[in-house]
Amino acid sequence: MNWANAVLHGILLGGLYALLATGLSLMFGVMRIINLAHGSLALLGAYMAFLLVEHAHMSTYLALLPVLPGALVVGYVLQRTLLERSLRAGELVPLLTTFGLLIVIANLLEYAFSPDVHSLPSGRIGGASWRISSHFTLPWFDALILCIAVVVLGGLQLLLRRTQIGRELRATAADPDTAELLGVDARRVYAYATALAVATAALAGVFYAMRSAFDPFTGPTQLIYAFEAVVIGGLGSLWGTLLGGIVLGVAQTVSAQIDVQYFALGGHLVFLAVLIVRTALQAGGLRVLPRGASA
Amino acid sequence: MNAVAAPAPARRVERWTRVSISFTTALAGLIVLLAFAPLLFGENTLDNLIQLYFLVILAIMWNALAGYGGLVSVGQQAFIGIGAYAVVFLSVQHSLNPYLAMLIATLIGAGISVPLAAVMLWLRGGAFAIGMWVVAEIFAIFVSLDATLGGGTGTSAVLAFNLRYSPEQRTHYTYWAALGFAGVLLVILFLLLRSRLGASLQAIRDDEEAARSVGVRVLLGKGVLFVLAGAGCTAAGAVILAWQLSILPLGPDSVFGVNWSAKMIFMVLVGGLGTFEGPIVGAVVLYLLQQYGPQNGVWYFTLLGGIAIGVALFLPRGLWGAVRDRFNLQLLPVGYRLRS
Repeated sequence: MNWANAVLHGILLGGLYALLATGLSLMFGVMRIINLAHGSLALLGAYMAFLLVEHAHMSTYLALLPVLPGALVVGYVLQRTLLERSLRAGELVPLLTTFGLLIVIANLLEYAFSPDVHSLPSGRIGGASWRISSHFTLPWFDALILCIAVVVLGGLQLLLRRTQIGRELRATAADPDTAELLGVDARRVYAYATALAVATAALAGVFYAMRSAFDPFTGPTQLIYAFEAVVIGGLGSLWGTLLGGIVLGVAQTVSAQIDVQYFALGGHLVFLAVLIVRTALQAGGLRVLPRGASA
Repeated sequence: MNAVAAPAPARRVERWTRVSISFTTALAGLIVLLAFAPLLFGENTLDNLIQLYFLVILAIMWNALAGYGGLVSVGQQAFIGIGAYAVVFLSVQHSLNPYLAMLIATLIGAGISVPLAAVMLWLRGGAFAIGMWVVAEIFAIFVSLDATLGGGTGTSAVLAFNLRYSPEQRTHYTYWAALGFAGVLLVILFLLLRSRLGASLQAIRDDEEAARSVGVRVLLGKGVLFVLAGAGCTAAGAVILAWQLSILPLGPDSVFGVNWSAKMIFMVLVGGLGTFEGPIVGAVVLYLLQQYGPQNGVWYFTLLGGIAIGVALFLPRGLWGAVRDRFNLQLLPVGYRLRS
């Protein structure tokens, strides 16, 4: 592997992170909450697919057919029960309850499936790659995930722009009280948003599990990567999330090129660097404003 | 006080009441008495009390951040790990006395938290929460990459202690160190919350925007809490190292592990977020749960997470908040009360 090839692989890996981050970004955009259990819900999807593959001997792709609608239901119910109450209880409460959920899901998964690592079969495409030249390879599976991420983000964008539920989502995100006045049921809209978010999380989780081995505590790690992608790309912007995922992926693969142990560290440091630059810009911006002019 | 015109219902603003004076005195007396425990109890009891003390430290520090600063962090384990590894670094590699190393480690933790505050405090809500988690991961990876600190397989400070002290001495000194840290941090937090800064901190907690608009220096207040909580969790990490001797850098159960956040959040929520006495109650509850609850780690943490969710939704002021509201009690007075 050389540097340019590492960058190419990083861009493709960014697709997976963007897919993971889509739901996080959507929920933040609509409800202003960060769902700390997002990664664990993704892993829950992977484990459900694992059950189907293991016991019903389905192909993993076929297992998505029951897993994705199941995830929609899980998301809807989660919002209607736990998150709705949390949102009403105050700004910090959703963080506390979703963190509790993260701990519960990770430990129940460990109880049900043991702490051992598992993996999902990815079919013939899984290991295949296209040798472009002696220096360049293009793994088909990663390219497939990037395409899926683009399709999901594009589809979500279309849904938000062109459909009735999309208009309701945007209206509620902008101002839930006014939306309610105009006859939008904000709580139903929130439940749709969470259902969509959990479904995209499960999709990402299944593809993650086809790509690498996973264990019950992979969820929290993936949450961190997804969150980094969201922050690098700009909180709440969907295409920014894709860009953030790609930046994160490239940072990781390029660092791994120096030493495999630096894989995660490179991503974390780029995330911190982005934060520091933003902070500096914000602090500078505040000084530029005349006294008392800030809103 | 002012005899010109007495308003119809005479109300008094009070801080110290007879109950709170006697309770605070009793608590101070209890801490002094506990210092003599090594003369009375066996190693097992002391070992259990050490656990209780570092849980108290973690609980009051997490509550200082979340309950008074409105900063929910799921990354305070960064400081626990820093404390534990700083003691290893100083006492094993540089042959410093391990108890002196615990003190210096705490200062190192405070030092690291200052530049960290400058960056992290710009984040709000969930972004701060996960941002801190990333910080903990970064420290964990750096430590695990350092072969002199044992790398990913962890390290032990057995030698540093055993070369100087017998096992019994180690238990006694660690006990006093844990009690000392817990006592000093409680007093610092108590005085801080009663000071002028404390009043502004409670204003920040209640409504950050409103506090800012009446001239409260929000960033300064949060910064002080962040550094205090950083130093406190580092001290707890140092005590944890002296207590368990062997440590790991990676994984949910390690010193940098996210399970510590689960414990801290549990203690503070169950005891009462944003109350001074609550986290101490929560630490006792968690300690009892560790002693008598499920010994299987999976069920223990499932229970922890489940109870935390339940309390957050159905008992938002925690056990202590419920007791306080019912009986209008304030045993360690950090606020003022109106009395008719």
